[in-house]
Amino acid sequence: MNKSDLARLSIAAIHQKLKNKEIKFFDVIESVFQQIKNNEKKISAYISLFEQESFEQAQQLDQTVKDFSNLHPLTGIPFAIKDNICVKDKLATCGSRILHNFNSPYDATAVQRLKDAGVIIIGKTNLDEFAMGSSNETSYFGKVANPLNPEYVPGGSSGGSAAAIAYSGCLGALGTDTGGSVRLPAAFCGVVGLKPTYGRVSRYGLIAFASSLDCIGPITKTVQDAALILSTIAGHDPYDATSVNMPVNQFLCNPDALKDYTIGVPQEYFTKGLDPRIAQIVEKTIAELGKKCKAVKQISLPHTSYTIATYQLICTAEASSNLARYDGVKYGLRITKDDLIEMYEQTRGQGFGAEVKRRILLGTYGLSKGYYDEYYGTAQKVRALIKQDFDQAFKTCDIIITPTAPTPPFKLGEKIADPLTMYLSDLFTTSASLAGLPAISIPSRDKINGFPAGIQLIGRAFAEQEVLNCADAIEKLYA
Amino acid sequence: MHNKYEVVIGMEIHAQLKTKTKMFCACAVSFGAQANTNVCPICMGLPGTLPTVNAQAIALAIRASLALNCQIRPKSTFARKHYFYPDLPKGYQITQYKEPLAYEGFIEINRAQIRIRRLHLEEDSGKSIHAGNESLVDFNRCGVPLIEIVTEPNITSPDQAVQYLHELRQILNYLEVSDCDMEKGHFRCEPNISLRPIGQKQFGVRTELKNLNSLRNVREGLEFEINRQTKLLNEGKAVQQETLYWDEQTKTSGTMRTKEESEDYRYFPEPDLPVMNITEKMINTIKSNLPLLPAQRKQQLIRQYQISPQIAEVIIETKEFADYYDATVKHCPNAKLVANWLTTEVRAVLNQQIISINDFKIKPQQLAQLLNLLSENKITGKNAKQIFEQMVTTNKSAQEIAKTQNLLSIEDDALLTNIAQEVIRENPDIVTKYRQGKTSVIGYLTGLVVKKSQGKLNPQKITRTLQQYLNT
Repeated sequence: MNKSDLARLSIAAIHQKLKNKEIKFFDVIESVFQQIKNNEKKISAYISLFEQESFEQAQQLDQTVKDFSNLHPLTGIPFAIKDNICVKDKLATCGSRILHNFNSPYDATAVQRLKDAGVIIIGKTNLDEFAMGSSNETSYFGKVANPLNPEYVPGGSSGGSAAAIAYSGCLGALGTDTGGSVRLPAAFCGVVGLKPTYGRVSRYGLIAFASSLDCIGPITKTVQDAALILSTIAGHDPYDATSVNMPVNQFLCNPDALKDYTIGVPQEYFTKGLDPRIAQIVEKTIAELGKKCKAVKQISLPHTSYTIATYQLICTAEASSNLARYDGVKYGLRITKDDLIEMYEQTRGQGFGAEVKRRILLGTYGLSKGYYDEYYGTAQKVRALIKQDFDQAFKTCDIIITPTAPTPPFKLGEKIADPLTMYLSDLFTTSASLAGLPAISIPSRDKINGFPAGIQLIGRAFAEQEVLNCADAIEKLYA
Repeated sequence: MHNKYEVVIGMEIHAQLKTKTKMFCACAVSFGAQANTNVCPICMGLPGTLPTVNAQAIALAIRASLALNCQIRPKSTFARKHYFYPDLPKGYQITQYKEPLAYEGFIEINRAQIRIRRLHLEEDSGKSIHAGNESLVDFNRCGVPLIEIVTEPNITSPDQAVQYLHELRQILNYLEVSDCDMEKGHFRCEPNISLRPIGQKQFGVRTELKNLNSLRNVREGLEFEINRQTKLLNEGKAVQQETLYWDEQTKTSGTMRTKEESEDYRYFPEPDLPVMNITEKMINTIKSNLPLLPAQRKQQLIRQYQISPQIAEVIIETKEFADYYDATVKHCPNAKLVANWLTTEVRAVLNQQIISINDFKIKPQQLAQLLNLLSENKITGKNAKQIFEQMVTTNKSAQEIAKTQNLLSIEDDALLTNIAQEVIRENPDIVTKYRQGKTSVIGYLTGLVVKKSQGKLNPQKITRTLQQYLNT
């Protein structure tokens, strides 16, 4: 294999080659930066790149690593980090003008754990501003294009991370998922995106959009790579009170476990709104799975139709609160004015883009005196019902299978003027977010206009292992 | 003037907890540190940071709740209170709203019950400093833990309000929950005041008073506001619901904001912090470690040492003072003598030097030594005071001073007999008076003997000796 093609391999394959001393750490970085040079101009996956530093780190590893038998699977692996996750002394812009010059003085816990494992962070990836969006068109640093076809959106909000993986501009990437922001771009770009259980991975250093929903998750080429990354970043963190204190095992992929699983198919996900071509692909996959799993069952998630509304009320309310700190006083953009209120208004007015402002306004309204109970309060009640739906469903099945997105990728600019249509892209992903459950998107074998469809698997809380086993089985089925 | 109306006062207190670190991060809590040195990404609210709860703050808040006879909620929650201000780095304050830590407590003051509605935990903001046309912010205070204690509106006079604050401060001080130094802003109070015609059940329109940073300001502010409202009502005018700002200089209040300008804080449950579970076990552990409270301590002094209630009141003023008393009594069994000295001589030095008992140079054991000498008649009262004065300024012990300066009483019966007889001889008139029944002149004669012995003879023994001679 040509050295310049190394970047096309999975993390696991590269690790094996490193371990066997077939290649050098330097070769990997070189290959990845070659891909970046070839593609970045038309894709714009990155907001910042640390080329020189990355090469130096690789050379350093080539000089210092002696014991290859105990090499951590992620050592020397080039990583891209979504730009709403803090990396020490690097920009963390959130794709927003208001943070366009903000350098984080600390590492997010997940980043710290990756660094401890020896990864090389090669850059920070583009995203919808403050992770609010499904198409990656709202960033202050420009749109991201889909590497499968640059006229199309890569999906959002972790579009930069998904695109970078898709064009081999890195080997592993971190995204964040609030209502589908890891899974949707993974589906649109034909890669794997895993949203862990809420609380599984520390949120410390993830710049908050909607705190009760935000999760850091890996975006990778293979299910096995996702398992490797999750094993490294998961686990309790004393800096995040919502991270769960339970032991984390090394996540593996055991496709044979499929034979013990009952797969649930929620009828509410296969109705109008779902593109029939996607329905066909998912149904075909279910039929193939049916031959290998314990059973396939029709299940019901009766409150599915409320998920988008519930999600919008909760995420906008929390966003309006979380984004209150960007006021021009301490860091980031400040539009200088003599009057304090005027400074606030101009800074926030010019610092935030339209979609972010729309959500801050909606959220502020939803939390206002006299409206709280009607909006945020009600949304919390419905959220509990949505959780109950899943509890109920998981009494009769182990894994729930759905499409990741209701439509194939759309063209850049196609839906940007119509937020309500755009919000529907999250139709199938928000429920797992609201219920805090682990979910993965894997690309289908069959394609629509050159785009694979995303297959979503949802598991019980903290059952990432089962989700990974099943996803790996599907991946092998397609291979 | 306002006897037509009944005064209704409710009180909101913020007390800074005496924790080592801040409410949601590991930064040190300290007063007077250089600006912006006790800060970190968390208390500065930098993007991506998250709060984690300080267990010591919870324990202290529970301690206060128990001492204030509150119910403690087994599951309480934090909430965000939103407003924009440069010294509030997150754009919201983490506080408790719908499910406060504790509720329904009370304090008793002169047999009246001041009912406490709620007690909750929250974080302090930073400090804005306005200098010329510049404003600066110091975030050292940002994130420092506070408890907010809210009473029901059942305080009936400025007097009672001040008593409540005094008592509350004393309790928090005893619990070592807060230093309660009003000048340092450790203890802030915001009363609300309304009047209603006597007999009326419905509350009148209330105003809230801010910037009261001493008990004196509280009293004056409340009195001013009661007079202002009374005057309005007597003139048939309505009281406006508003927040007033007390001006210490002019001793008047001015409008800070009216009801229309009041902010909508958009409270909602803090998603970064899980429900706070307070177990029975935690409560019991804290309960079993509660110190004696001021009222209990006072009773103990009265019962155990037969000290008058007035003097006991002075001794228990602060926990440190009461502790000093106990430590002294341990080494000097004459408890009343210790009490008298502490409340007069020692108190006077503290007042003069403007220090607290913690900074007092003479330690309990050293003071006990002095008082033992006095109690055992080894020095005279007059000499004791002289020695005490020197102890304050030097590092010498009582024994040392007494010895080197020859102030110890001597046991010399021969000398005593000689001088006593001499004095009797030299003062026949007075001796006659004594023998005619005016026995109080013995004091004068004793004084003469003391003088002749240069203060070295024990006055009580002199009196006894004189009496022997005069009665035979």
